[in-house]
Amino acid sequence: MIEIKNLTKRFAHHTAVDGLSFTVQQGEVLGFLGPNGAGKSTTMKMLTGFLAPTSGTASVLGFDIQRDTLKAQQQIGYLPEGAPCYGDMTVRGFLEFIAEVRGYRGAEKKQRVLRAVEQVELEKVLEQSIETLSKGFKRRVGLAQAILHDPKVLILDEPTDGLDPNQKHQVRQLIQSLARDKIVIISTHILEEVSAVCTRAVVIAAGKLVADGTPFELESRSRYHQAVTLVADGELDRAALAAVPGVIGVEDNADGSLTLLAQPGQVIFPQVNELIRQRGWQVKELDVERGRLDEVFRSLTRGEAA
Amino acid sequence: MKQLPVVFKRELASYFATPLAYVFILIFLVLSGVFTFYLGGFYESGQADLAPFFNFHPWLYLFLVPAIAMRLWAEERKSGSIELLMTLPITRAEAVLGKFLAAWVFAGIALLLTFPMIITVNYLGQPDNGAIFTGYIGSWLLAGSYLAIGSCMSALAKNQVIAFILAVSACFLFIVSGFPMVLDALAWAPQWLLDAVASLSFLTRFDAISKGVIDLRDLLYFISLMAAWLAATAIVVDLKKAD
Repeated sequence: MIEIKNLTKRFAHHTAVDGLSFTVQQGEVLGFLGPNGAGKSTTMKMLTGFLAPTSGTASVLGFDIQRDTLKAQQQIGYLPEGAPCYGDMTVRGFLEFIAEVRGYRGAEKKQRVLRAVEQVELEKVLEQSIETLSKGFKRRVGLAQAILHDPKVLILDEPTDGLDPNQKHQVRQLIQSLARDKIVIISTHILEEVSAVCTRAVVIAAGKLVADGTPFELESRSRYHQAVTLVADGELDRAALAAVPGVIGVEDNADGSLTLLAQPGQVIFPQVNELIRQRGWQVKELDVERGRLDEVFRSLTRGEAA
Repeated sequence: MKQLPVVFKRELASYFATPLAYVFILIFLVLSGVFTFYLGGFYESGQADLAPFFNFHPWLYLFLVPAIAMRLWAEERKSGSIELLMTLPITRAEAVLGKFLAAWVFAGIALLLTFPMIITVNYLGQPDNGAIFTGYIGSWLLAGSYLAIGSCMSALAKNQVIAFILAVSACFLFIVSGFPMVLDALAWAPQWLLDAVASLSFLTRFDAISKGVIDLRDLLYFISLMAAWLAATAIVVDLKKAD
């Protein structure tokens, strides 16, 4: 379990993290969301023992990060933002160094390195120096380094930033395959990632926690939650649609479709469907939305930052 | 200190991963030859000792040693790898010492490669090999002291060039602190302060050791100087790592 209590970090001119508290249980994949500068990386840096908090505490599997720094760090696999590595080393040399720091020697060291290399598919570049690698490969070296000792806690700061869609997909699959019986914390500002891999999302803005829930719960805060979008041949009767019980608004979209917004907590799809059937409209497309995470994200983080 | 050898090994290997190490060793060997034979008047002195060789080391090191030390921490901070290093289960002391020792051993390797000097002087006469041995020890201690200062300056500056200039300046102060010009400038000061400043000088200590006189106080001087600067490095690393 990871326990963060009242964690605060003040720099000379601003407060980066302000009284943050939450806990993460085993098996959870926590998406750590927030606009740039919200304090995601600073929180992760405190959680991994790189920065000392101004006040508050954080503990990893029972080890206080300030008092038992080394024991806590042994439990953690960490990918810092931008995946910094020693550029002049070869991939093999670098991973062997990490394996040695993690206490592996001889055959076990070789085997650990080999396994991590297989997991992130680095076989082809094993003998190349890291600075000659592409961004995607560098990121994978950073991931290999983080998962090498099969840590119980994985903390990944923007693991897919700057990768192409295929690489993103690959990294997400890897995270999902690793997530069982681990604690994973991923910071990101890519919202699709949260729905794709996370079991829980924590949103922070200006260093404060503004939302904490499953991605589904967050989506249901959207005004588009349970909204129905329809595309039809010919005219639709807007007034009739707006009069459907539970509908609180009708929006026109750029592509000519209409979106009906539902009252919070109401389901409008059956009623809309019934109306279409009664009037005999030729509807080509009918969509129920779960909610728009980006819109929830905006309303949450803008309100707080102001 | 379990992780010390791991850090040490990586650092030492990183010197040889680029041509830097070989270039450095080459420059060091060429310059020490030039200093000894041309400026030091090795042949003209008519003496079978390595005094002309060692006498220039404080000045030779003034520019060469900060060049080895400048990357120690500045590079880690610039590339961001310091975040990786400091979140691995390694203590700060292990990181600071491991890096320093790697640089010191590297300087030692360069120094050992001057062995043809020993062969030459032994071929030409009957030198006091004991004095030559202590000369090498003194020279290595001197390099270590410069390196400890350089390591602290490297932690202070993110830019390697600035780290280099800071280290050269700081080392220079430690060299000249025993010079009459410095002591004259401090003529207003009480005697104890003058003595303290004069006793900080590398030159007097190094002269004694390189002439074959090993005084425990001189050894202690070099070792405590290194310890102090390395402790300062650890503090500076902690303060500056996140900048």
